[in-house]
Amino acid sequence: MGAGKIVILDYGAGNLTSVRLAFGRLGAPAEVSGDPAVAAKADSLVFPGVGSAASGMEGLHRCGLDKVLLEAARSGKPVLAICLGMQMLLSFSEEDGGVTGLGLIEGSVRKFVFPPNAHVKVPHMGWNTVEHEGKHPLFAGIPSGEAYYFVHSYHASEVGKDDIPGTSEYAGKRFACAVGRSNVIGVQFHPERSGEAGLQMLENFTKWDGRYATETSDRLS
Amino acid sequence: MLLKRLIVCLDVRDRRVTKGVRFLDNRDIGDPVELAEKYCRDGADELVFYDITASAEHRPTDLEMVRQVARKVFIPFSVGGGVRSSSDMRQVLLAGADKVSLNSLAVLHPEILREGAKAFGRQCVVLGMDVRFAGVSSSLPSGYEVVIEGGRRGMDLDALEWAKKAVELGAGEICLNAIDTDGVRGGYELNITRMISESVPVPVIASGGAGKLSHVKDAFLEGGADAALVASMVHSGEFSCGEIKRYMMEHHIPARRAFVRKESQ
Repeated sequence: MGAGKIVILDYGAGNLTSVRLAFGRLGAPAEVSGDPAVAAKADSLVFPGVGSAASGMEGLHRCGLDKVLLEAARSGKPVLAICLGMQMLLSFSEEDGGVTGLGLIEGSVRKFVFPPNAHVKVPHMGWNTVEHEGKHPLFAGIPSGEAYYFVHSYHASEVGKDDIPGTSEYAGKRFACAVGRSNVIGVQFHPERSGEAGLQMLENFTKWDGRYATETSDRLS
Repeated sequence: MLLKRLIVCLDVRDRRVTKGVRFLDNRDIGDPVELAEKYCRDGADELVFYDITASAEHRPTDLEMVRQVARKVFIPFSVGGGVRSSSDMRQVLLAGADKVSLNSLAVLHPEILREGAKAFGRQCVVLGMDVRFAGVSSSLPSGYEVVIEGGRRGMDLDALEWAKKAVELGAGEICLNAIDTDGVRGGYELNITRMISESVPVPVIASGGAGKLSHVKDAFLEGGADAALVASMVHSGEFSCGEIKRYMMEHHIPARRAFVRKESQ
């Protein structure tokens, strides 16, 4: 499919400048839009977001972009969700007293909890390594163990093994930092802030045809 | 595994990077955007830009510089200097910065930390603290005093108490700069660095005084810092970020390797 037209979804959840500039740097200009009609015509969607789960979901509903995302997921268009966007792909988040997500991938979002005497700093912030088995096209050419930039207090949990293309570890807890099923992938870290490795991932996204089959689903199909 | 960060600081005056000794005698280092790109290639994990004359000249932050940096830099960067309100913070973030560093303003108007955290998230709010050793007294139990206006004005405010209060208000990170050691290259002020990093639940960046590789190691192993900020060490050309990173790894401090994209190989 190649790059085609990339639309970065703007639903009021954070600053999209750096995501837009990163695609610009790759020679794959991306349009920022909150208009469902524009987003529906895109060849691929980028779904960023910072802030809380409740305000993020509210913003999506208000703009009518939740329907665009569900339709894109069904139609096979590549979708890349980042940070809060990734969390909203899942079925449920315990943030803000419990929020229903898009449910494109089964799983929950849980707060990092550590014993008080462990003095673990939350949010988990900074560069952390991501371990992967090289199966997802977004990790093409990027070795396992490469570092990306994270800022988050909640993390994906209870996600099926086949839907986890990458994991990371913080203060002894290993968590899914990438969740993916067929043409939808979400990453907890910020590829647009992760230097050359992050740019490589975004470049891989611009070249992705949206196909990703885990071993299990290969066998089943 | 969470890695320890190496942060390069660029003091900018009239759109040029300069470096002084104890905030004085500034020397021209080069173009901010070109230097930023160089340090990124070289493995810096984060950059900090201080518009060092904005406050003195009563003008807002040089947003055009921030925009130019944002087009070339794809690692986190923060900007300080000239920010007087949360609407100024918004401008800096919209120009492409990830974080805003607040220093004198936060001391004089601590509410800005709360406002900034509420509006943009605390990860965008960095408390820059300039401190000096003044001796233990009833008003300075840690012995370290907060100073503002580039070190010219002592506030009789205890550094440790201020750090804790600032985090309660909304600071998401603390950049602790010891002015006695800044630019002197005799090593970080490890004592107060450790006191603060053990007392606050947010990352602490050691700043001021790095001149040798071993200083960087000390910031992490003795100061307990999450990140070490360097300026003179790399601006002088004596060390590259890559060398510092290799040294960190040799001393079992987890650090990020520079990844090279296929296209740019």
